[in-house]
Amino acid sequence: MRSRWSYVYFLFYLLLGFVLLFLNNELSKAVITLMNVIIVLVPLIGTIFGVMYYYNSKEFTELLLAQPIKRSSIFLGQYLGVAGSLTMSLVLGLGIPFVLYGLFQSNAIWDFSLLLITGAFLTLIFTALAFNIALSNENKIKGFGYAVLAWLFLAVIYDGLFLMSLIVFEEYPLDSLSLAATMFNPIDLSRTLILLKLDISALLGYTGAIFKQFFGTGLGLVISICMLLLWTVLPIWRLGHIAKRKDF
Amino acid sequence: MPALLLVHNMRAETISVCSSCTVTSIKRAVMLSADYDTILVKKGTYREFNIQINKPLTIKGEDYPIIDGEDQGEIITILSDNVTIEGLFIINVGTSYTADYAAIRVVESENFLIQNVVLEKLFFGIYLEKAKNGRVYHNKIIGDAVDEYNSGNGIQLWYSNNIVVERNIVQHVRDGIYLEFSDNITIENNISSDNLRYGLHFMFSNDDVYKDNTFENNGAGVAVMFSKRIKMLGNVFKKNWGAASFGVLLKEINDAEIIGNTFEENTVGISIEGSNRINYLRNNFINNGWAIKVRGACYTNSFVNNNFMYNSFDLAYNSKLNDNIFEQNYWSNYTGYDLDKNGEGDVPYRPVKLFSYIVNRTPETIILLRSLFMDIIDFSEKVSPVFTPDELVDAKPLMHKFK
Amino acid sequence: MIHVENLYKKFGKNQVLSGLDLTIDQGGIFAILGPNGSGKTTLIKAILGMVIPNEGSISVLNTTIKNKWKYRQEINYLPQIANFPGNLKVRELIAMIKDIRQKPSEEENLIALFGLEPFLDKKLSNLSGGTKQKVNIVLTFMFNSPLIVLDEPTTGLDPLALIHLKELIFKEKAKGKTFLITSHIMQFVEEVSDEVVYLLEGKIYFKGSIEQLKTKTEETTFEHAIAAISTYNHHD
Repeated sequence: MRSRWSYVYFLFYLLLGFVLLFLNNELSKAVITLMNVIIVLVPLIGTIFGVMYYYNSKEFTELLLAQPIKRSSIFLGQYLGVAGSLTMSLVLGLGIPFVLYGLFQSNAIWDFSLLLITGAFLTLIFTALAFNIALSNENKIKGFGYAVLAWLFLAVIYDGLFLMSLIVFEEYPLDSLSLAATMFNPIDLSRTLILLKLDISALLGYTGAIFKQFFGTGLGLVISICMLLLWTVLPIWRLGHIAKRKDF
Repeated sequence: MPALLLVHNMRAETISVCSSCTVTSIKRAVMLSADYDTILVKKGTYREFNIQINKPLTIKGEDYPIIDGEDQGEIITILSDNVTIEGLFIINVGTSYTADYAAIRVVESENFLIQNVVLEKLFFGIYLEKAKNGRVYHNKIIGDAVDEYNSGNGIQLWYSNNIVVERNIVQHVRDGIYLEFSDNITIENNISSDNLRYGLHFMFSNDDVYKDNTFENNGAGVAVMFSKRIKMLGNVFKKNWGAASFGVLLKEINDAEIIGNTFEENTVGISIEGSNRINYLRNNFINNGWAIKVRGACYTNSFVNNNFMYNSFDLAYNSKLNDNIFEQNYWSNYTGYDLDKNGEGDVPYRPVKLFSYIVNRTPETIILLRSLFMDIIDFSEKVSPVFTPDELVDAKPLMHKFK
Repeated sequence: MIHVENLYKKFGKNQVLSGLDLTIDQGGIFAILGPNGSGKTTLIKAILGMVIPNEGSISVLNTTIKNKWKYRQEINYLPQIANFPGNLKVRELIAMIKDIRQKPSEEENLIALFGLEPFLDKKLSNLSGGTKQKVNIVLTFMFNSPLIVLDEPTTGLDPLALIHLKELIFKEKAKGKTFLITSHIMQFVEEVSDEVVYLLEGKIYFKGSIEQLKTKTEETTFEHAIAAISTYNHHD
């Protein structure tokens, strides 16, 4: 199951990459479109694949559980299998068309690499979240529902609430609050990370000193990457933790 | 007039200045010279300041002699018509809080030429005060300004008319080029970068042209204020980042032409306040935070055949549309189609997004830029506008970049 | 061989095992019986480390199994639902399990015994339930381990395969191995088992030979004895 779907995924990105470049004829525009794909679609696909894979391979998991294998290795192995093949599909699927198009001769290469890195992070994070949700829910439909809900929350609803609270509290200094709110959502975090490259001039138009320090220096990049790492490590750690306690 | 000059020059003598010459200082040479003489300054270091040139002279440096003012005060002051200064390397202009000491100052004089001069460690560079019919050509002015209050401008024009400022390089001063009450000035092919405040600062000056200049990475960009009939052609405004930064600030500018300029990677490409009857043609707005920000009432401006590419926001508008026109521009954010293949999109483009409004109101929301939520909101606003001005559209957006 | 002490397990509100004690000595075939939901599978899975008990301790081969996994090298387990990853071929599955166990195996004889050769290159998703169960049996018996746990081994088997299975069990028993078996087919249990462990309400209700069970319930057939033992309880 794993291999077939990851080929489809790979082909999808390959096609997407070519179509984007064909339609836009320009790297920088393609990179902007890609950003939308990456911060919306990649988490969704990571979530769905993670949940699907977990439920579909439940019997297989039980087969393995009776074998002399450490529990955490089984689940981490499965997780890395899914997340790894999704990441590979993403990186290769998008990488090949862009490299063929002449990415290495372009100065978009850093923007593009950053996109792929965040894409990889998001795949790892959302697959791990999906595994967490699936592990905690025996009921397939419920688990699937929760996982999609989690995606929906982080991709859309969170930002809506975020926006509303910014508008409601607009008389107060909000820059540290909004930066903090960004840190608690991996999608927002990735988005800001990419914005640091793509839209720096707009972000610096903002008057707050903390924003300026964050976006204007390497600090933002370092903190964002650290937070993404944390976002990856925590769910994986929890995965191992629940796996140890779970009954089959 | 040229014929007259020629006659004078034929009679003129040349006085050489060097450490082993009979004349060892420029001041002395000026004193000894007669009208229309040439003073040839040979290679060496001359510790002099307050050199007053009160007769028509040509002062020419050979192999860039250094004139070191030792931070004492002004270095060369031109008080006469028909003076040429050429090939000098002037350093250490005195800094003062009461007097604007300059490396070279022209006072109430005509027909001057200042060229191939290098200025370093300066307070003010070239200061034209009530001067006329002169030319400032191919000079290099490298300051070391740190704070605005104790630094001066690179090239300053004050009540001066009919002057050409061409091919100069100005860096690290307060304002690269500063004009006040100066009409009929041509500013061409200069590079003004890394200045503390403005690359070009322009006030109460009419009928001026600036053309093919590059303004890059200046503290606040270029400010053009309270002036009429200005032409801005083919300039490049680049990398002016910051809370109060812009490519160009137009404030109370009327009847101007802004044609073929490139605004790239600025926080705001053009910030417009109370400016009317301006034609914006064939400009490129690339990768700016806001391509155009309009504040206050602006009437009868037209934006035609411009390229708006990859700006975070194309347009921010905080007042009524009035009678400004957007037509046949190329917008990279345009997602419409062109069924009749006439090169113009069949669906109008709305350059103002709802998000741009929200950011105007609560700047912190900028952090939600390019989020799915904002895209959804913007999309619904696009489908049925509630907040954004209904009539603010480009009815004929171009499908391809205007070349 | 196996020592279970004071074992408690709750799934949600459902108390499945409540203070179960069980000692299984080496050698012999132990049938674990009980009504539906009495905790047979839970007990087996607890021994295999697939279910984590709330309380109590289990030791297998003289080591407590908590947070351990290497002891499973000494156990062959036949799960109740033989549902394998569908896109694997039978051959690949066998190879994979061999790869995991890293032990000498004798799958060829077993494959021949159950006539699985024509299926080796088929995907598992295309096999019938009975064939899958045969594959399951091959996977279970191909390694030489002292403890063999069979959860409903007869499901879907045709009579011939059932005979082969019984032969296999007796052959391995003769080598001094220990079996834990659950089954609903009383005839099968009667045929193979040396001792019966009867679970009721999360506890061992009865443990002993079939003869002892018959004596206790005063029934002449095993089937009736089992039926009686469950009704016993209801009279209490």
